[in-house]
Amino acid sequence: MNFLGKLDWNAIPLDQPIVMGATALMVLIVLVVFGFITAKGAWLYLWREWITSVDHKRIGVMYCILALVMLLRGFSDAIMMRAQQAVAAGGAQGYLPPEHFDQIFSAHGTIMIFFMAMPFVVGIMNFAVPLQLGIRDVAFPTLNSVSFWLTASGALLINLSLAVGEFSKAGWWGYPPLSELQYSPGVGVDYYLWSLQISGLGTLLAGINFVTTILKLRAPGMSYMRMPVFCWTSLATNLLIVAAFPVLTAVLAMLLLDRYLGFHFFTNDGGGNQMLYANLFWVWGHPEVYILVLPAFGIFSEVIATFSGKPLFGYRSMVAATMAICVLSFLVWLHHFFTMGASANVNGFFGVMSMIIALPTGAKIFNWLFTMYGGRVRFEVPVLWSIGFMVTFVIGGMTGVLHAVPPADFQLHNSVFLIAHFHNVIIGGVVFGLMAGYNYWFPKAFGFKLDERWGRASFWCWLVGFYIAFMPLYWLGLMGMTRRMQHYDNLSWQPWLIVAAIGTAIILVGIVCQVVQLVVSIRSREKLRDVTGDPWDGRTLEWATASPPPAWNFAFQPKVAGLDAFWNVKHRAQATKDESTPARKYEPVEMPKNSATGFVTAFFAVVIGFALIWHIWWLASVGVFGAFATFLAFSFRRHSEFEVPAEQIARFERAHQAGVAA
Amino acid sequence: MRYTALALGLIGVTLGGCSEGVLDPKGPIAAAERLILFNALGIMLAIVIPTIVAILVVAFWFRASNWRASYQPNFTYSGRLELLVWSIPAMTVLLVGGVAWVGAHDLDPGKPINSTVKPVKVQVVSLDWKWLFIYPDQGIASVNKLVVPVGTPISFQLTSSSVMNSFFVPQLGSQIYAMSGMATRLHLQADHLGSYRGLSTMFSGDGFPDMRFTVDAVTDDSFAQWVRKTSETGSVLDKQSYAELVKPSKAVAPFTYRAVTPDLFSSIVNADMGTQESSLSICSTSQRAER
Repeated sequence: MNFLGKLDWNAIPLDQPIVMGATALMVLIVLVVFGFITAKGAWLYLWREWITSVDHKRIGVMYCILALVMLLRGFSDAIMMRAQQAVAAGGAQGYLPPEHFDQIFSAHGTIMIFFMAMPFVVGIMNFAVPLQLGIRDVAFPTLNSVSFWLTASGALLINLSLAVGEFSKAGWWGYPPLSELQYSPGVGVDYYLWSLQISGLGTLLAGINFVTTILKLRAPGMSYMRMPVFCWTSLATNLLIVAAFPVLTAVLAMLLLDRYLGFHFFTNDGGGNQMLYANLFWVWGHPEVYILVLPAFGIFSEVIATFSGKPLFGYRSMVAATMAICVLSFLVWLHHFFTMGASANVNGFFGVMSMIIALPTGAKIFNWLFTMYGGRVRFEVPVLWSIGFMVTFVIGGMTGVLHAVPPADFQLHNSVFLIAHFHNVIIGGVVFGLMAGYNYWFPKAFGFKLDERWGRASFWCWLVGFYIAFMPLYWLGLMGMTRRMQHYDNLSWQPWLIVAAIGTAIILVGIVCQVVQLVVSIRSREKLRDVTGDPWDGRTLEWATASPPPAWNFAFQPKVAGLDAFWNVKHRAQATKDESTPARKYEPVEMPKNSATGFVTAFFAVVIGFALIWHIWWLASVGVFGAFATFLAFSFRRHSEFEVPAEQIARFERAHQAGVAA
Repeated sequence: MRYTALALGLIGVTLGGCSEGVLDPKGPIAAAERLILFNALGIMLAIVIPTIVAILVVAFWFRASNWRASYQPNFTYSGRLELLVWSIPAMTVLLVGGVAWVGAHDLDPGKPINSTVKPVKVQVVSLDWKWLFIYPDQGIASVNKLVVPVGTPISFQLTSSSVMNSFFVPQLGSQIYAMSGMATRLHLQADHLGSYRGLSTMFSGDGFPDMRFTVDAVTDDSFAQWVRKTSETGSVLDKQSYAELVKPSKAVAPFTYRAVTPDLFSSIVNADMGTQESSLSICSTSQRAER
């Protein structure tokens, strides 16, 4: 038996210059970052303040950093694909051979969904939800850290596949039998499966954590109908996570059993059924779309209300729409494969159900419109993203409903029209929402605003780039071009693909602007400093505390008397001109202690994943043992909390009040 | 200069661009599907365009710097507007939903085309990475080339020898999956003479981009002639040569078989007899639709 399982030097693709170049670049960046940290002597600081932190705000920020890094990785895949399709026309094969191109589109989808959009969404929820609820932390702070580090482990594994071995060539949904051992004997599909299993576990734990937090830990007086809309959409998203992610875990586990232990769930022989995989995958997959977009809807609701200087129009109707989407999202999965040969009644039912989801979504659009109506809309960067979203998302929704008409889908299924549609809703909905949220809550997280000029430049490049990159794909889809083509013979497609590649380059400029925006803002942070904690004239409780908020979030537990709690307090204070608030006695606060549990567990999760991918059974046992020992050590800890003294809180509050007054 | 060329190229492609693809149907199924596409699009554009305009106008008019716009911070709920807000999308969904439900039944791929002409049967097998077309009634077969008589319904039965593929001829209409161990049904018809592109739309591995075939729609006489000619030349497709054909190959040039072992298709579908109960239920649903 081989000591290292299937692993040997051949696993490193030394003969492929593009792969090795990308690997070298990644290694170089990691080394530069490590060198920088070492030069600053910041390792201990990082360990104490970030890596072992169980503070929901820190964890939220780390989620967002992971997401932004993965955005760069996933986007470089996108550029490579667009460049390949721009040149590989007629007899030309382009610069990417099929085995490489196939890995790239699989990695692009997997990374963008699981390691860009998901962490970004969970990160923003992590940061904002407890603050909006007026509480000190989530229900299970250490579990929160475990969730994040498991997600990061999955991301690490998927990036490792670039240098060691290969990634899946079966697309981001990994349909069998192509993903079965018979057709994908390499380690690529195993990388895909184990990184999703590990990060999926993290997501499920995060979902449980947030459902508990929102249901059980709101500030006194905050009844359900007084929760900010972002908390509502987060609740819906986390309910979906809790309901849908186990299905993904189960279906991937079945595929793992097929691949590792010779089961026959989805194989061609032995009674397997590939349709079962498609059904189960999309039973998770369609709710996943709403898991991503509902928090984005919540962000737009907050942003539009804040920057219009008005409460959200039709709050109750928005809540109803959110929960309707939450339930309906489980009743539409079959529209991902109308062409599988189901009966007309089945196709008709799922077609109509898919359209019914457009009903609450449409209602939301109009409610945002009426929120702006009669308001004073300040066109700050988050508002630009929101308006860009409303226009773009309406188009994406329309092409989505087109796909829900079964006969139209028989023509458009798997075409690049479909690609254009879901990028239209995922970029136009999720990414725009996340960018709005990033610009909106950044000052809360770090105490200074992001540079506005670069923010605007980034928005316009993204918007224009998006239209130039994806509108040609709609047309190409109607011309009969299908997705995932490494080369094609139809020369009339090429000009459109060149235009699409130019659009992608414009989006790249947008991303560069974002990086520049961050750098410029950090450099001129003193000029952009916000000492009030309320830079946008906000409405919800997160703006009531300092920026960045202290570890304990609120010196006193806020009491909530209505919707838009902070806005009401501000206006009551103005009306009464009551400047001498009665002096309150500061109390010490119990806070959860830092814990290395998350990081250590994730370390062992990476070991387990890597060992199983390469069939190094003894190492997998070591990993399982280590993870279990970590769990035991955590369970038997003596002191889980520490006390923040009242004087420290009083000192912080006095400084903050001085800042507000100044 | 290069941009001018590109722009001219794009205009040229746009004008001539409909010469292929789903917007240029050559048969009744594709034509009906294009009509449905346009109807659904039209219904939705009637709502979508005013909505987009309204978003932009409202956002612009109520900008903070416009002091002529009235500030109404208490305009946060209106029962009438809520009714409107929910009923606009509801009306749209009602209309498009009707189109979807009726369309799903009228254009069910398993439903035979109404015609007085006797359909030509074709059995399709997707292989790594080429298409095998068996004409059971004519006893011949071809690879990567489908010849059909014009104006005649073609009744397809499809399966796969390996991974999932999707059989699609954009100008003739509906695509359908080809899956191992199962047989799906599809009915298409070409109304115009010509040669149309066909392809797989379900990614199936390294040779996927070359999984193309041509569909030649010819007159009845030419079809009969082609059948006769084909049955006189080439080799025989039996278990042995099929085993040879199944081996993965890319970008295969079209060729034909002069004869086919009877029941080859069903032996491919039932390669693992007794294990495909679920697939049988799928066959029966589509066969039920046929009746």
